[in-house]
Amino acid sequence: MSDQTIEMIIVRQEDPDSSSYEQKFSIPYRSNMNVISALMEIRRNPVDAEGNNTTPVAWDASCLEEVCGACSMVINGKPRQSCTALIDKLEQPIRLEPMNTFPVMRDLTVDRSRMFDSLKRVKAWVPIDGTHDLGPGPRMPEAKRQWAYELSKCMSCGVCLQACPNVNDKSDFIGPAALSQVRLFNAHPTGAMHKAERLETLMEGDGGIANCGNSQNCVEACPKEIPLTTSIAALNRATTLQSFKNFFGSDNTA
Amino acid sequence: MSSNREFLYRRLHSLLGVIPIGAFLIVHLTVNWFAVRGREEYNAAAAFMEALPFRYAMEIGLIFLPIIFHAVYGLYIAFQARNNTSQFGYFRNWMFRFQRISGVIVLIFITWHVWETRLAAAFGAEVNFSMMEDIVANPAALIAYIIGITATTFHFANGLWSFAVTWGITVTPRSQQIATYVSIGVFAALTFVGIRSILAFVGV
Repeated sequence: MSDQTIEMIIVRQEDPDSSSYEQKFSIPYRSNMNVISALMEIRRNPVDAEGNNTTPVAWDASCLEEVCGACSMVINGKPRQSCTALIDKLEQPIRLEPMNTFPVMRDLTVDRSRMFDSLKRVKAWVPIDGTHDLGPGPRMPEAKRQWAYELSKCMSCGVCLQACPNVNDKSDFIGPAALSQVRLFNAHPTGAMHKAERLETLMEGDGGIANCGNSQNCVEACPKEIPLTTSIAALNRATTLQSFKNFFGSDNTA
Repeated sequence: MSSNREFLYRRLHSLLGVIPIGAFLIVHLTVNWFAVRGREEYNAAAAFMEALPFRYAMEIGLIFLPIIFHAVYGLYIAFQARNNTSQFGYFRNWMFRFQRISGVIVLIFITWHVWETRLAAAFGAEVNFSMMEDIVANPAALIAYIIGITATTFHFANGLWSFAVTWGITVTPRSQQIATYVSIGVFAALTFVGIRSILAFVGV
């Protein structure tokens, strides 16, 4: 269609143990491309900007409509989803880097286990399994459902962990995503039956809620505009009260 | 410093920064203001503070031990961060970074300040107007004091803001925004008091 090209710089890495390097790509422009379709173009024709044959760039993607979070990477310095990163709206050369807060597996592919393990640790679900039918659960007030719905938009993409200065190789901080899920499931009428247990998980061991340093990058970076810092502050209050209950004594099971 | 008590240590760190260290800072700056009123008034105030009952108990329990814990644990916190203000140049991220930088400056400043005044007093020097006058007669020392005081008031004012978040007092973005304005006011007021007082020792 035209001779226009898209200039890209991609930070690549062979495997988890090797060091990273930059590679330039120059790919033919088509209208309405996003970063994913640009990466697909490289996969179709894996040639770098100097014309040398190279390996296709590895990256993760699944839903292609910003609900799964798999294709998250650092694009021009900002962690975000590559499916909704439109080429026409990006400054060139477009710089792609892996979200290096997580262990890099290959090129732009990272291992986000750290976050998924945290979600398991805090029991980010409503336990309903049992030996008999428990019947319908309690109803949730509409006003609460409305703000809880905002928290439920989290797709575990990991952008908030990448943005957080306290989530890094030197710290075990659980990060904003899993914290906000604690608030979500503690707000649920059935989930609240495990409220104290979830709060205590955040207060035990290293890397709990107290590791938050209030840089508030998470709430700025979140692609779903989840009020993460409000969640963290609300949990700060909840853990304060829980610690008083635990120390001074009370019926602290919920 | 890996342990099962991180929550306790972090909350203690936050609490000690305000009570008693923050409270002590306000008392200290208030007493300093006597220098603005003149040499005699300052010496009388210093003598009054020196003559307070339970002085050593208060110094150790309300000042030395809390500051040592806050400083040591604070250093651990400061060096645990990987600052990223170049990528995320938001106001709060800068405050996060400045809080850590100012903390380190304050630690160096306080060590020097305690050495020159409190430890000097322990070795027999008399704490009075002329002691400070002699120290800040050196322009480098005066500049160091102005930087040190400003770092201290910043660290305290911004620390008040994060104290309110850490304990779950300010939860909504609105309340946190208002708390930011309050902390700016506290910073401006205390910095004025601190710098005005130190300038009194050079006759300004």
